[in-house]
Amino acid sequence: MDKKPFKIKTRDDLLNIKEETRRKRVLDSKGTRYRITVHLGTCGIAAGADKIRELVRKEISSRARRDIDFTTSGCIGFCALEPMLTVESYNMPPVIYYNLDRDKVKEFFKTHIDNGEIATKLDPITPDSGLSNYFKYQESRVLRNRGKIDPLKIEDYIANDGYLALAKTIEGSNPEEVIKTVSESGLRGRGGAGFPTGRKWEFCRNALSKNGIKYVICNGDEGDPGAFMDRNLLESDPHSVLEGMLIAAYSIGSNKGYLYIRAEYPLAVKTIEHAIRQAKNLGLIGKNILSSNFSFDMEVYQGAGAFVCGEETALLSSIEGKRGMPRPKPPFPANEGLYGEPTLINNVETLSNIPRIILNGAKWFNSIGTDTSKGTKIFALTGAIKNIGLVEIPMGTSIRDIVFKIGGGIKEEKKFKAVQLGGPSGGCIPEKLLDTPIDYERIKEIGGIMGSGGMIVLDEDTCMVELSRYFMSFIQEESCGQCVPCRIGTKRMLEILERVTGGKGKEDDIEKLEKLSSVIKETSLCGLGKTAPNPIISSLKYFREEFEEHIRTQKSCKRLHAKVKKI
Amino acid sequence: MSVGISDLPEYKLRAEEIKKIDGIIQKYKRQRGALIPVLQKIQEYIGFIPVEAQKIVAKALQIPEKDVYGVVTFYSFFSMIPGGRINIRVCMGTACFVRGGKNILEKLVKELGIEPGQTTPDRNFSLQVNRCLGACGLAPVIVVNDKFYQKVNPEKVMDIINSYKI
Repeated sequence: MDKKPFKIKTRDDLLNIKEETRRKRVLDSKGTRYRITVHLGTCGIAAGADKIRELVRKEISSRARRDIDFTTSGCIGFCALEPMLTVESYNMPPVIYYNLDRDKVKEFFKTHIDNGEIATKLDPITPDSGLSNYFKYQESRVLRNRGKIDPLKIEDYIANDGYLALAKTIEGSNPEEVIKTVSESGLRGRGGAGFPTGRKWEFCRNALSKNGIKYVICNGDEGDPGAFMDRNLLESDPHSVLEGMLIAAYSIGSNKGYLYIRAEYPLAVKTIEHAIRQAKNLGLIGKNILSSNFSFDMEVYQGAGAFVCGEETALLSSIEGKRGMPRPKPPFPANEGLYGEPTLINNVETLSNIPRIILNGAKWFNSIGTDTSKGTKIFALTGAIKNIGLVEIPMGTSIRDIVFKIGGGIKEEKKFKAVQLGGPSGGCIPEKLLDTPIDYERIKEIGGIMGSGGMIVLDEDTCMVELSRYFMSFIQEESCGQCVPCRIGTKRMLEILERVTGGKGKEDDIEKLEKLSSVIKETSLCGLGKTAPNPIISSLKYFREEFEEHIRTQKSCKRLHAKVKKI
Repeated sequence: MSVGISDLPEYKLRAEEIKKIDGIIQKYKRQRGALIPVLQKIQEYIGFIPVEAQKIVAKALQIPEKDVYGVVTFYSFFSMIPGGRINIRVCMGTACFVRGGKNILEKLVKELGIEPGQTTPDRNFSLQVNRCLGACGLAPVIVVNDKFYQKVNPEKVMDIINSYKI
């Protein structure tokens, strides 16, 4: 780009950048023949992808070849195999090499790059290899750009139709039409509660602001332990979130937005700040976006470590610089939110869904899914499973398919025990219910919640009582303390669970747990308290005998599960 | 672990620290909700947030001292205790927990002789339990001075710690 600050003013400007970037990326036998992409998400870097990047760089420079393009991208979503790289070649489909080290990088260069053959010794992922099942049963819509774009380059995003939905919105539709499309698509909040997104937007659009100010907030306080979908989106495809926010802001009539990102995600903060700067430089964020009257500014607000801040009213208190205490609802944030002004709060994944809905239409979106749950959902599949990673599946897929077809089954040939869905607000699903489809209502019926997307697979070695104690200690630590049922009730539940796992459980402890659960559920102020007993309720329902055994034998976890090393 | 004000070690801010804090406050003071970003920057700079610094912030931002203290104690990222030269964070997300994170923590507590949230008297080590880091594919994870270690076990963990020279 030339030295004068270039601003994107029209849809055609976007299309030009798209074409130009694509042209540069073409692989053929005469020009660039290979493109090597090293995947650098938080997981990848932690597993040593930084070193792999340097090794690859050295191998390339030692070859004096001009037909290799080298780039980096965000996470590809197959965490178990990090560090990994993808190689695209002019004459064959992309191949993924994984669990890399110095020797494997050398072998890859020798065989694939020098000889032009797949390095079969390394058992890479090709369209016909077994591991490709991991991707085959997925439907990459929100994760469409995974591993394909460099999150630090806005032109990579634009080359994949980025910001075209924003252009379509601003140049071609009025806010009501946009909201109608979002409503018709059936998109529901991906943060866990599943509120219809279009309706939320409509409330906010219709809300009156005393000072003419409305806010859009992206909730990136992904606090559920075991969930990292939002981290991945923010790190690997930041502009999709920004574009979603811009469209939301245009629709409700807002000029100011915040991205609230939890403190544990430094790379996500860095990446999204970089993305905002780039979009500002090109005029996609700022005044008179795409030559229209629409102006929007946004900034990142970093959390300081409090699970409860994922609750929307607590999040608002936090941005205002206070303790993250939830407020009673109503008034809902759509009417009285940040600093008392109407505020739209959407989750990262929800916002990331928006651009494609606008580009492809509501029908495209809701052509997959169940009656009440449309589109896809991303899950962070972890725990005692072979293929750990991020999976995006059509709503309606059974939990069994996720665990066994995509996840590849249980590690170390152990037996499956349960799936934990929804973290400290969710529950454990036993084997007999594995055929339940992913659907907001159906999962709730069986005692789980859709949640934000943490899916932790447990094998036979896991003590469900100890896991219940774990979740209760988490909640007890994170309870903000302002309402009694949550503050004191969860403390009492934790004491009972500590007693039981310590081999000192009393006969009426199960009954007490059930009683406390129902009181806390019914009388707590916010979502954290209302859902706090869920993990215990579901474990008592499906794994009651484990509680009974602890109490009957008066044995602690260590003695009762002496053979089991893990917990 | 809760810490009362009277348990805290005395800390006298140095002149350059006071100057730096003033600079941070100047930068954020006009923005709404400045308190948390200001505290984050102070913590980044000094490594913790001494009561003295809280008093300066309270005065400059015209927020009661009790509210500043309230915010500092509410959020887990803020600490009022100086950290160790080697700071160890043990991830206690569900994936790390079910893959043995608890055993790693127990081992560290035993070997270092401190509980989570504490620093050894010689200020060599501090130990923290971390909320989920979102690196579940590598579970169980510990972070030593911002470097991630994956698939750790109780046997391996002391080798990692000992590889750091004090």
